[in-house]
Amino acid sequence: MKKPLLAAALLIGMGASLGALAQATGVTDGMNMNAIAMFLAFVMVSLWITYWAAGRVKSTSDFYTAGGQISGFQNGLAITGDWCSSAALMGIAGLIYTTGFDGLIYSVIPFGAWPLMMFLLADRLRNLGKFTIADIVSVRMARVPIRSLIASAGLAFVVGYLIVQMVGAGTLISSLFGLKYEYAQVIIGFLIIVYVAFGGMVATTYVQLIKAVLLLSGASFITFAVLAKFGFSPEGLYEAAVTNHPTAEKVMQPGGLLSDPINAISCGVMLLFGGAAMPHVLMRFFTVPDAKEARRSVAWAATFIGYFYLLTFVIGYGAVVFVMKDPQFLDAAGVIKGGANMAAIHLAEAMGGDLLLGFISAVAFATIVAVVAGLTIAGASAISHDLYANILRHGRASDAEVMKVSRFASIGLGILGIILGIAFKEENIAYLIVLPFTISSTVFFPVLFLAMYWRRLTTTGIVVGGWLGLASAVVMLVVGPTIWKDILGHAAPIFPYKYPALFSMAISSVTMIVVSLLDNSARARAEVAAFDDQFVRSQTGLGAEGAARH
Amino acid sequence: MHQVYDRIDRDPRFHALARARSRLGWTLSGLVLVAYYGFVLAIAFAPGWLARPLGPDNTVTVGIATGLGVIALSVALTGVYVWRANRSFDRTNADIVANATRVAGGPYDAG
Repeated sequence: MKKPLLAAALLIGMGASLGALAQATGVTDGMNMNAIAMFLAFVMVSLWITYWAAGRVKSTSDFYTAGGQISGFQNGLAITGDWCSSAALMGIAGLIYTTGFDGLIYSVIPFGAWPLMMFLLADRLRNLGKFTIADIVSVRMARVPIRSLIASAGLAFVVGYLIVQMVGAGTLISSLFGLKYEYAQVIIGFLIIVYVAFGGMVATTYVQLIKAVLLLSGASFITFAVLAKFGFSPEGLYEAAVTNHPTAEKVMQPGGLLSDPINAISCGVMLLFGGAAMPHVLMRFFTVPDAKEARRSVAWAATFIGYFYLLTFVIGYGAVVFVMKDPQFLDAAGVIKGGANMAAIHLAEAMGGDLLLGFISAVAFATIVAVVAGLTIAGASAISHDLYANILRHGRASDAEVMKVSRFASIGLGILGIILGIAFKEENIAYLIVLPFTISSTVFFPVLFLAMYWRRLTTTGIVVGGWLGLASAVVMLVVGPTIWKDILGHAAPIFPYKYPALFSMAISSVTMIVVSLLDNSARARAEVAAFDDQFVRSQTGLGAEGAARH
Repeated sequence: MHQVYDRIDRDPRFHALARARSRLGWTLSGLVLVAYYGFVLAIAFAPGWLARPLGPDNTVTVGIATGLGVIALSVALTGVYVWRANRSFDRTNADIVANATRVAGGPYDAG
């Protein structure tokens, strides 16, 4: 885009950050100067990277996939940045702080998505895909109905995930920096628009990469400091946690979470299969040159993310030991200041004073920004590549036109994020995270898996099964315990389980299979016949989208 | 392109490779699913077992150790797959592709 426009945007970004600095120092009396300085440093560096990246984004391939020239190691770090939302650091630490072992379950189960992604999806996805996950299915299926389904489900996924991140970000930033909630929304939304609309996947990748390094080093440092207090004996830490926690030894044992078997299995299905097919994460597979680098990315991502989850075992219990009884972190009633989600942040202060507190606050901010940027580019690609270029323009749009739509879509999504973030202020939105994971396990995983592994799958099967599954998932969520009973105030839920993924995934998969088997149309026969070529391509990488040549 | 795909499809080495890859992928996936569903079902059906201390002098419970073990196992199995796929599988694959494209006349131009 035009350089002067970008320069103006960068100036506004810096001005807004300075404004935030002025306002925050006024409100907090300079209490959190370290946090603000590090936050500003992150913003400056990321805007500088965006300026550099903007010169490299010349085509749609640069915009969506950074020209396919990211290395496996870099991509592994960027995927770590995409995957670890603030929920991973602050949410899990907060859950362990309150419930102990039950919080740890959220560190263990989601990680199972990584090996599954590697063994079943990574190679074939890279060899068949181009920009979006709809491309993979379109290799042998009808373009319009497939892309309508996947792009709609993708946008529902992105919006649901976006609301959770934006509301979490607003609350976090207003308590960390003493900023007004609405002001925090506008700053995040604005930064995202600048990163994605100007810097595309190149800038997004580097923002995620830096965030991952910051997150891993911050979490490592806290873990090191906590363990050092116990002479590096985890046993000592856990003994102290049992002494300190009101539930005593129960803090090391499973509590009520997932005590119902059906709910437990359904939650497992949602996290394992839903986590393995998230469009903003899978999209990152197309930023590397070939399947070998895609596998390397997953291996690095799994190593970093697994390492991070291991650290939460120490950080969560560390907060129980060092935050729970320290009056400086508690209010007059003895409750943790800012809620349990602040446990990790308070622990940072307990371990490293103002400096570490400032660093971890800046990390939390970078974490949110990087995840929202990844979601925005996934949403923008669904709009511009799937809906506009392939459906509206039947694949006849020029590269420049699609680029323009991508940038406007990013700007639109950034503004939508700000509006939704403000609209959902002070709502309890934790339940909303179930929506994107359920959509992913109900639509994306079965469609991708069957399209790549099952010869007889047809467009009609996908469309009927996908829409039916999507509708059933939404209905079961609405009439389930969380929305129907807790939010709408009905006496009893119509659907008894909190997590509908087991049922909605069964509905979508079985329907896809049955309808495909019954489908005997000419189009279906051609799609089945095209499986052999697709299979050879998915296995060998022959004919796959390579790295862009400049 | 269809002709090259067709030629590869008739190469028995290609099908041997695809089978080897899929055997490895499904074996490892099976191990992972057993580990995770074992963990989930233990939480649902045998919380008492997970609540037990590892030994008489330990505070660390079976549950904590199992959780750590499941994560470590996942990272290790992921490594095993990449190690196999990026070495022997990719070498065989390159041979098969080179063979099929050589017959077609001239090297394959991916662009």
